[in-house]
Amino acid sequence: MFEFCADPKAIEGLQWMMCYLTTGKHIDFYLSFGTVLLLLAITAPVALAFGFGGAMAARSHFAPLGLLGKGYIAMVRGVPDIIYFLFFVIALDQGIEWLTHQVRCPDWSEPIRQGLEFRVCPEAKVPHSSSPAIIHSAYNFGLAIITFAIVFGAFAANVLYGAMQAVPRAQLETAESYGMTPRQVFRRILVPQMWVYALPGLSNLWMILIKATPLLFLLGVKDIVYWARELGGTKTQAFAYPHPDWRLWYFLFLLVFYLAFTRVSEIVLSRITTRLSHGQATAAGEMLRKAGAR
Amino acid sequence: MMTCWETIQGYAFRSIGIGENLLPRSDFTLCQQFTLIGSGLIWNVYFGAMALILGFVFANALAMGKMHRNPWLRKPAEWFIFVFRGSPLFIQFFLAYEALVLLPRAGIEILGLTVQTSWLTKAWAGALIVLFLNTAAYTGEIFYGALRSIPKGDLEAADAYGITGWSRFRRIQWPTMLRLAWPSYTNEAIFLFHATTLVFFSGFPAFQQRGDALYYANYFADKTFNPFVPYPIVAFYFILLTLLLIGLFGAVNRRLNRHLPTNTRSRIRLRPQLIR
Repeated sequence: MFEFCADPKAIEGLQWMMCYLTTGKHIDFYLSFGTVLLLLAITAPVALAFGFGGAMAARSHFAPLGLLGKGYIAMVRGVPDIIYFLFFVIALDQGIEWLTHQVRCPDWSEPIRQGLEFRVCPEAKVPHSSSPAIIHSAYNFGLAIITFAIVFGAFAANVLYGAMQAVPRAQLETAESYGMTPRQVFRRILVPQMWVYALPGLSNLWMILIKATPLLFLLGVKDIVYWARELGGTKTQAFAYPHPDWRLWYFLFLLVFYLAFTRVSEIVLSRITTRLSHGQATAAGEMLRKAGAR
Repeated sequence: MMTCWETIQGYAFRSIGIGENLLPRSDFTLCQQFTLIGSGLIWNVYFGAMALILGFVFANALAMGKMHRNPWLRKPAEWFIFVFRGSPLFIQFFLAYEALVLLPRAGIEILGLTVQTSWLTKAWAGALIVLFLNTAAYTGEIFYGALRSIPKGDLEAADAYGITGWSRFRRIQWPTMLRLAWPSYTNEAIFLFHATTLVFFSGFPAFQQRGDALYYANYFADKTFNPFVPYPIVAFYFILLTLLLIGLFGAVNRRLNRHLPTNTRSRIRLRPQLIR
């Protein structure tokens, strides 16, 4: 990075620190914060879409679909989410390989599960064993995103289903009496009104999502926890920048990062809540109206 | 080949070091998976129950501290709750482990006595401390919210009767707080038990492969390459545990609400809300 970093053993103090904090691995560490933000940016809308689908399915009058939606909603209630994280990553991987196996090697005679092994034909390996490392890590990251979206979709379905139920029945009946079809009632009356009921739950969900991002580490993605462990560990004289066990400081840094992130989110979300409450027939909306009238 | 009964005898208490020493390595049977994962559940119950009991006491102190007018009491309580609720439990585990490892191995000399510190890095103590502080913070916030939403009329009635100070707190505020907070507290308890599955994935080593339910499930999934058996088994155990908790907390909830007319009683609704 800097020119005086050429011989790290010769420099000391502040210069040493500057060189140390700008090594290639540290740049990777800083970039992994981007991984976390990318995960949040992709997962949040996808999970919301999953949740919306789940909540709509649960409200369906068509019994199998309703049951499916209710099952999806109930999924996260009794079972720790981390079990789903560990489960879906392997299950999705094996499912994808099984499907490609069926397509590409239809006349493969050996069974796929042989005792303790899961063996598909070489052409069905996803990603292909000869593909570069970046494809492999992108695939892992993709699996992690789908897993997060499934689990958080179930949480979001919970929130949105509750919010849809909370919209006053009279509003929907009024719309029906004007002759709107169920589809119109849903699109024009229910969905616009449900957001204010869903917002506290969704804000909570966003906080939970932020705090769940370190679990990426368990899914085999090189995220901030991975780098904090990697960089913080004791480095002997064989390394360019020897130092004792500094993992405590790295994790302290992560703690501060998460505290700042959740605090900022909290402030932004409370502003949004206030804004959305304007003109709503809720206690918060009434309070805003009175404050304005005074 | 062992029969199922022999497997249960050998592995039912494997997670606390009683029974067979070696874990099964090949020919995994359903019976082995059920027994060993169930055995691991002992740790989840231990962590959950201990943290819940200790955390309950501390949470009361935190809620009262946060309500207090004196900033010397209020600020520390606010900061404590903020730090533990604002950061992921996963990071807290790592941080605590790294901090506890740094303690001198030989023990610390206090007033001529040598206090041993090595036990703190073991999961049974170190992870329990983190879970205890974490649940205390979440519960403290719930109790604080409940304290704030005690009906004004209740307090005015207490004043009118001349009930003040400590006896007002003990006889009016605290029982009402508990009643109002109970449905949320039930949720917190359930998700605390779920959070105990993180312990052995977050720095704390499983000494002699004595781990919790998810640790063994993960062991089987790694060995058999088949996630479709062990993970549903853990899920099954946790559903049972959740139902048991709902039953227990529901009984307490009925007792807390027994003086109210039936239409104003608060009911427990299970809302998934907390991953730490």
